[in-house]
Amino acid sequence: MSQRLFVKGNEAVAMAAIEAGCRYYFGYPITPQSDIPEYLSRELPKLNGEFIQAESEVAAINMLLGASATGVRAMTSSSSPGISLKQEGISYMAGSELPGVIVNISRSGPGLGGIDASQADYWQSVKGGGHGGYHIVVLAPASIQEMYDLTMLAFDLADIYRTPVMVLADSVVGQMKEALLPNPRPVTTLPEKGWAVRGRKEGTPQMIVKSLFLGDGELEAHNWKLHGKYDVMREKECRQELFLTDDAELIITAFGSVARIAKTAILMAREAGMKVGLLRPITLFPFPAQAFKEVTGRCKKILDIELNNGQMVEDVRLSVARDAEVFFYGRPPGAGSLPVPEELFEQIIKHY
Amino acid sequence: MQQVFKRPVSLKDVQTHFCPGCNHGTIHRLVAEAMDEFGVRERTIGVASVGCSVFLYGYFDVDVVEAPHGRAAAVATGVKRARPDSFVFTYQGDGDLAAIGTAEIIHAANRGEDITVIFVNNTTYGMTGGQMAPTTLVGQKTSTSPYGREHAKDGSPIRMAELLAQLGGVAFSARVAVNTSRNLMDAKKQIKKAFRYQVEGKGFSFIEALSTCPTAWGVTPIQANERVGRELIEYFPLGIFKDTADWNPQSSPTAPVEQPGALPFPEFMHEI
Repeated sequence: MSQRLFVKGNEAVAMAAIEAGCRYYFGYPITPQSDIPEYLSRELPKLNGEFIQAESEVAAINMLLGASATGVRAMTSSSSPGISLKQEGISYMAGSELPGVIVNISRSGPGLGGIDASQADYWQSVKGGGHGGYHIVVLAPASIQEMYDLTMLAFDLADIYRTPVMVLADSVVGQMKEALLPNPRPVTTLPEKGWAVRGRKEGTPQMIVKSLFLGDGELEAHNWKLHGKYDVMREKECRQELFLTDDAELIITAFGSVARIAKTAILMAREAGMKVGLLRPITLFPFPAQAFKEVTGRCKKILDIELNNGQMVEDVRLSVARDAEVFFYGRPPGAGSLPVPEELFEQIIKHY
Repeated sequence: MQQVFKRPVSLKDVQTHFCPGCNHGTIHRLVAEAMDEFGVRERTIGVASVGCSVFLYGYFDVDVVEAPHGRAAAVATGVKRARPDSFVFTYQGDGDLAAIGTAEIIHAANRGEDITVIFVNNTTYGMTGGQMAPTTLVGQKTSTSPYGREHAKDGSPIRMAELLAQLGGVAFSARVAVNTSRNLMDAKKQIKKAFRYQVEGKGFSFIEALSTCPTAWGVTPIQANERVGRELIEYFPLGIFKDTADWNPQSSPTAPVEQPGALPFPEFMHEI
């Protein structure tokens, strides 16, 4: 059994990347994620890996594209404004079917915004933040243990589906310290990376990593192929946590850091005799629509809570049973707007 | 019978899509010949850029990664760091490298990435229809400088080979042309030299090749070649702007900065 450690969420991400076999990191400093490049700049050279502090987020994502094209595990991390800059590269990686892990320790916006915890990048993350109509897998950790476990999972999902995978967190889980069990990398069967460019040896086919398809019908077929993969992900990769939902009269849904505040409010409600539960999406894409359909077969009230003005709530409304009511509570992110449990408890009383 | 001329094995036996009089085909061939001569084809990973040269993989018989517009040097950085035993080159036009990709090329060069960059400068955006490029000459009319490029409004053409020569990470920087057979022979020599730097692991090597775009320039192939000799070389002089044969990134973190023109002119400079 591994030893329990007391670490920051950002450090847990970096530790998980190394445990997952990632030896190539490309990034650029931005608060509140700089612990990740700092940790990896110290550790990767010891493992014969490469750390590059790129000249920009744009360069960093393209270095990731290049490294990933050769078949190695590689990653980048940033925070919201930097993630905006990376969208060009993410679109190209999605189009070129390249694996790669992108960590977004998101901050508040729009624009320079602030450095406070924010979930206002939900749309950008799950709806295809760049051009061209694609999805990437989006994982939303709510604890330091999940920062570690989901980062390792991100590398596996990226390789299995040949897609960029994003770990979407915020400064609450990024900067907070908690106990962590640094579990060894799970044993999984991964596909061979026969598509990677490694130099064309005599008698082997030429490998081309590209997203340009100009032939008649080629690009349409390519897009159908990508969207076929998204359907498989929707069927096989949805993950969620259900907490006290069996008898619930009101189910709160929330992801990431705010789901933990909601959990405290739910326990307050239970103490007050109210049957309240939590459905916490762990995968934001694919969205756990089936779980929402199932719980709203019985419980007809859903209260969606987010650290934004309402983004995931759109997917919740599309997923619940027809006769279910969906309420929303959220505040735009910024200094002083992180809700306390009592505030969410009031919302429970209001909608119960 | 003795065969004196054949297709380089690094080049596929296909027709190119390039316009008549375009120099891409010639420059492709020179690059492929250098690849053959160093025997690096089987470990080469090319990085294609956006522009007329995007179909690199259609002509070179090597593995290729296609980069977003301007990002070839960053993509090549990732490739080379992940696979240090591979031979990595980018092939980029002047819009791609000297405008949208300026940050990426300057920093890859400054880090001394062990890659070779082939920069093809024809003073215009060929593929998008002949718009003004950062390399467009003052007075040159393009589809977005219909009255001619103005220094006061549009700035002056950027001399990339000289600019990059200032950076500590650059081991070799030269400008060549293929408008005459003599310049072509010299171009081949310099491309081989640039390749040698990477083969020997000595840092970033850069070749700027002056080229033509008869279609966008609105001239015949012969007139286009003449323009290279008459106008382009006058503003973009041919020569080696940096050649640090013994440059070593490990022992010399602040490599000496060479001034353009400080090195003795090579012989081929006499031909214009």
